[in-house]
Amino acid sequence: MLGIVIGILSIMVVMSLGQGAQELVLGEFQKFGPNNVFILPGRQPSGPSSVAGTLLSDSLTQKDLADLENPANVPEAVGVVPIVFGQQPIVYASQTYTKMIMGSSQDMAQLFSLTMSEGRFFDSSDVADHASVAVLGATIAKDLFGGNNPVGQKIRINNQMMQVVGVLQAQGAGSFIDFDQATIAPYPVVQDSILGIKYFQRIVVEGASSAGLPALMKDVTSLLRYNHNISDPSKDDFSLQTQASIAQSVGIVTSILTVLLASIAAISLVVGGVGIMNIMLVSVTERTREIGLRKSLGATSGNILLQFLAEAAALTILGGLAGVAGGIGLSWCISFAVNYWWGIQFPFVISISGIILGVGVSSALGLIFGIFPAWQASRKSPIEALRYE
Amino acid sequence: MALIETNNLVKVYVEGGVETRALDGASLTINDGEFLAITGASGSGKSTLLQMLGCLDRQTSGEYLFEGKEVSSYSDTELAHIRNEKLGFVFQAFNLLPRLSVLDNVMLPLVYAGVSKKERVQRSEAMIELVGLADRRNYQAAQLSGGQKQRVAIARALVNNPKIIFADEPTGNLDSKSGAVVLEFLQMLNDQGRTLVVVTHELYVAEAARRTVHIVDGRIDSDKAVAHRRIIAKDGFVK
Repeated sequence: MLGIVIGILSIMVVMSLGQGAQELVLGEFQKFGPNNVFILPGRQPSGPSSVAGTLLSDSLTQKDLADLENPANVPEAVGVVPIVFGQQPIVYASQTYTKMIMGSSQDMAQLFSLTMSEGRFFDSSDVADHASVAVLGATIAKDLFGGNNPVGQKIRINNQMMQVVGVLQAQGAGSFIDFDQATIAPYPVVQDSILGIKYFQRIVVEGASSAGLPALMKDVTSLLRYNHNISDPSKDDFSLQTQASIAQSVGIVTSILTVLLASIAAISLVVGGVGIMNIMLVSVTERTREIGLRKSLGATSGNILLQFLAEAAALTILGGLAGVAGGIGLSWCISFAVNYWWGIQFPFVISISGIILGVGVSSALGLIFGIFPAWQASRKSPIEALRYE
Repeated sequence: MALIETNNLVKVYVEGGVETRALDGASLTINDGEFLAITGASGSGKSTLLQMLGCLDRQTSGEYLFEGKEVSSYSDTELAHIRNEKLGFVFQAFNLLPRLSVLDNVMLPLVYAGVSKKERVQRSEAMIELVGLADRRNYQAAQLSGGQKQRVAIARALVNNPKIIFADEPTGNLDSKSGAVVLEFLQMLNDQGRTLVVVTHELYVAEAARRTVHIVDGRIDSDKAVAHRRIIAKDGFVK
């Protein structure tokens, strides 16, 4: 009984946590928005090592941004958000933290669904005026200012004085971009006074609908090729990513996760199965004398088989129910604990395939290893079974 | 017609390539109402003979007619029905199911006979009362003393009203007082007309029977009536 419960429970927990982790990872990609096209400078990265190369490429210019914003060039675009970023020392009073500084436009808050806990996000006039204002992530704000309100205070980023105008609400760990640790400012001041660069590291073009996405990507591609004087598509100095293509490019991560989980589930299935097998075999061996006695009192082989079938069925059904209940409970506890201690919004998933697999395999094993030895024992003559030790 | 008739009954066990002739041509007739003791040294084949007669195992060769019909012609299922309806067993080791109650143990043969629950309980309770354990009917079998267990086993052997009761060393695991009670029961049952076959290696058990068959090396060495029968209820039991 315990073997069946533990077998099903372990399979269910592993499968539930696995599905939860997958949802968590895939959920991060959902945050990119289904209609957004990310323009990356440099060649299409062919692997993790060449992603670094795209950060150093300087092919996305101010002119590209201006042309993308022109509705005549890209009619499907409803928004264009440039992004620059880098690690920089951020100083307030005597404290220094080296964290991510991001430069963007006022539309970034809406693009990444950022909400404010204090003050405001910077606006279009801040961008146009080259204003030295900054919005702090929840964690960096707490690190620098403790419990005090940072709004209106001045911080220094790479020797550029910036006025804090707002603080973001905590996003939770596990996000693709850790906004809690980031400082966000209008891109002109970040480009000129902090990072000292003229180009963009990302430009996000927001489409009106996912149906218009192919046309939008085509317009963006031809515009950038025209601007960069590229006639051979294989020499493109930029690449486009969508939620779908990002999900695809990190697909290897999720498939590794899937394979890992499947093997863990398989192992727990084997462990649980061996447990069930042993329990059933031991109980039938122990009860061979009982089988002998029952036969000597007039039980037929069919009576004996029916009895063991009923017992094995009752055992696997009860064990299955307990295992499923325990598995759901334990999965919930784990996702709750992950939320509580690590602040990761780990989804609680009841894995239907885990239930089917766990209950199915355990019941099959329980029945097979409950009935097969009983069938063997029932074929012995009563006296042989009675003498069995 | 004799209840049981065997001719040249042979049983050979093969274990690890070694043949053991446990029964080597036993011929025997048992009539209704007899009280037969099968005696012999250990290893003589007396228990094997009882198992053959009790349809718990099949002979290697020879004839075994039960109520005039060759037993080896029956299928396993038919033999199970014969054991259930016509035979009762009392074992040396009691062989009760320890976790079941006294009542459930006694009811077992009736379950396989397909008797209704109400009648099962009724008949089983009557048998439990007969062996004097009415106050213990809901005890677990494991909680009883040896003598009580054997009385439950006798109740179980009687509950399906069998033609014949086979007892294999029924007093072997009991002290003399409990043994006396058990033997007294067996004599009482025989007095009521029940056919009994008891295997024993002890003289005082054999003396309680009416007829003794002595086995040596799987053959019947002697077959005679008990000259000075010991009536347990009157003479007591001397071990």
